[in-house]
Amino acid sequence: MSVLVVVECDKGEVKKSSLEVATYGAQLAAQLGTSATAIAVGEASEASLARLGEQGITKVLYDKEPRLKDFVNNAYTKLIATAAQQEDAKVIVLANSNIGATVGSRLSIRLQASLATNVVELPKTAGGQFTVKRGAFSGKAFSDVVLSGERKIIAVKKNSIEAQHEAGKTAEVVAFAAQLSDADFADAPKQVVMQDQAGGILLPEAERVVSGGRGMKGPENWHLIEDLAKALGAATACSKPVSDVDWRPHHEHVGQTGITVSPNLYIACGISGAIQHLAGVNSSKVIVVINKDPEAPFFKAANYGIVGDVFDVLPKLTAAVKALG
Amino acid sequence: MKFLVCISNVPDTTTKITFTPDNKEFNKAGVQFVINPWDEYALTRAIELKEAAGSGTVTVLNVGEADTEPNIRKALAIGADDAIRVNAAPKDAFFVAEQIAAIAKEGAYDVILMGKESIDYNGFQVHGMVGELLGIPTVAPAMKLDMSGNTATLEREIEGGKEIVSVNTPFVASCQQPMCEPRIPNMRGIMTARTKPLKVVAATGDAARTQVQEYALPPKKQGVKLIPAESAGDLIKLLRNEAKVI
Ligand SMILES: Cc1cc2nc3c(=O)[nH]c(=O)nc-3n(C[C@H](O)[C@H](O)[C@H](O)COP(=O)(O)OP(=O)(O)OC[C@H]3O[C@@H](n4cnc5c(N)ncnc54)[C@H](O)[C@@H]3O)c2cc1C
Repeated sequence: MSVLVVVECDKGEVKKSSLEVATYGAQLAAQLGTSATAIAVGEASEASLARLGEQGITKVLYDKEPRLKDFVNNAYTKLIATAAQQEDAKVIVLANSNIGATVGSRLSIRLQASLATNVVELPKTAGGQFTVKRGAFSGKAFSDVVLSGERKIIAVKKNSIEAQHEAGKTAEVVAFAAQLSDADFADAPKQVVMQDQAGGILLPEAERVVSGGRGMKGPENWHLIEDLAKALGAATACSKPVSDVDWRPHHEHVGQTGITVSPNLYIACGISGAIQHLAGVNSSKVIVVINKDPEAPFFKAANYGIVGDVFDVLPKLTAAVKALG
Repeated sequence: MKFLVCISNVPDTTTKITFTPDNKEFNKAGVQFVINPWDEYALTRAIELKEAAGSGTVTVLNVGEADTEPNIRKALAIGADDAIRVNAAPKDAFFVAEQIAAIAKEGAYDVILMGKESIDYNGFQVHGMVGELLGIPTVAPAMKLDMSGNTATLEREIEGGKEIVSVNTPFVASCQQPMCEPRIPNMRGIMTARTKPLKVVAATGDAARTQVQEYALPPKKQGVKLIPAESAGDLIKLLRNEAKVI
């Protein structure tokens, strides 16, 4: 009986959301009186895997099969299922990412497990019941869900738990071979195309996001958004109409039909705050709204606001951030 | 090519969410239900692919009680050929996936499409469960889908980019923007939808693996703190010293 944590790696490093998941898994293991083992997927360096000890992981399984570098649904499912069986994992924790949710849903059938995605807190396990809190109704509500299966799979929403860093602690990295065959790679990607990310920060992983709406008037003004984002170390995002008219790429569109983000800081510039936009951003910890219309609905969801013209306000904000040094 | 498109019936995107007094159920009173916005991408793309091939069928499938029929008719009006309703209140993603897999197996569909997730439950689970139950590939979430014979080429969104994946039929894909421009029904579609077949079938079993115990609304926001535009820079100090986010 143990907790198995799936950590996603990219370019040798463990993704930030997986550090959160590792922390979640270790805290859950402590709660259940057991230990947390991780299985690494993607391109990982042994040094970065050993550092998962800082999050409370004791052992990391790593399969060096080179074809596992990119996401392959069948192969990842088999790899994780094999690890779960070997470790007799009763709970599997993964990130609520495109990889985590996709593999998690296949695994739930293969391992006959109960699955909860979009989970925002550690489970309540008193009295033998296992209850998780998850986001529902596009961020407009939460639900407490009882997982009744003997095995459970939990996909943790990004930025809902803070990654712990206990300096100096290391995890044992153990070679693992899931004996994958060519057939397991039949749905391997033919090609992987990475898009340009402003400042190299992935929007779904970002702790800070600067986002622009139709109030930015045109793509030629986006340098104002990018300058502030760069100064803050933030990712950039936009509202749906902005990507619909190709001012910005589709992968930056946040909201009900776009990406859901939950950063610590979301700065909305020239965005009205339509309910569908809020659905993708309302679980951000602190929301800042800059809009020249004092009646813009976004102010109701905001923690801080400036009623003003983005063209005047944004350069002042960027200068103030730079002045912080 | 036989397409099966799964649609769910969800509260309109602008709905103010409330619950029954015991917080056990969503309060449906006065709420308008629509086809889940993500499912509209799946439906429209299936119709486009059928039209481009000049042959094939698009069947819509909903797991739901009789009150979902107006939206099933809407899907028929948009251009699906026929519909199946599994007569049951959806219990959880696993229950829904079992129903879809049973129908898909029986009808030997080539392509099973659905939206990325439903905007009420936000599970992002059903696609993978159906794929695994049927033992066929799943591509999720898919931003692009083209067919050439029995081979599909899809773009799958990954954090920071996309994967180009090709799979043979049968397969499952969960769809999202910018796959296509969802269609809205026209008058002719609405008229013909009335006569298209809508079959009602009983559910397969009643297994569920999760139970909602209680719903809750997020805590109310404390209200916005406004900073005058002239002293915009003060905001940055507040974000550092008060909110501690930079
Ligand atoms: C089914 C469905 C799904 C949807 N999904 C999404 C989604 O995922 N994401 C999304 O964003 N939208 C979504 N929408 C669209 C949504 O309803 C809104 O239309 C959209 O969010 C509006 O974008 P916006 O705020 O950029 O533009 P607008 O509504 O045009 O607002 C622009 C704002 O900029 C302000 N402004 C203008 N000039 C300035 C200036 N110089 N300085 C400061 N402020 C200025 C204006 O006061 C206004 O508030 C969806 C809609 C539907 C029906």
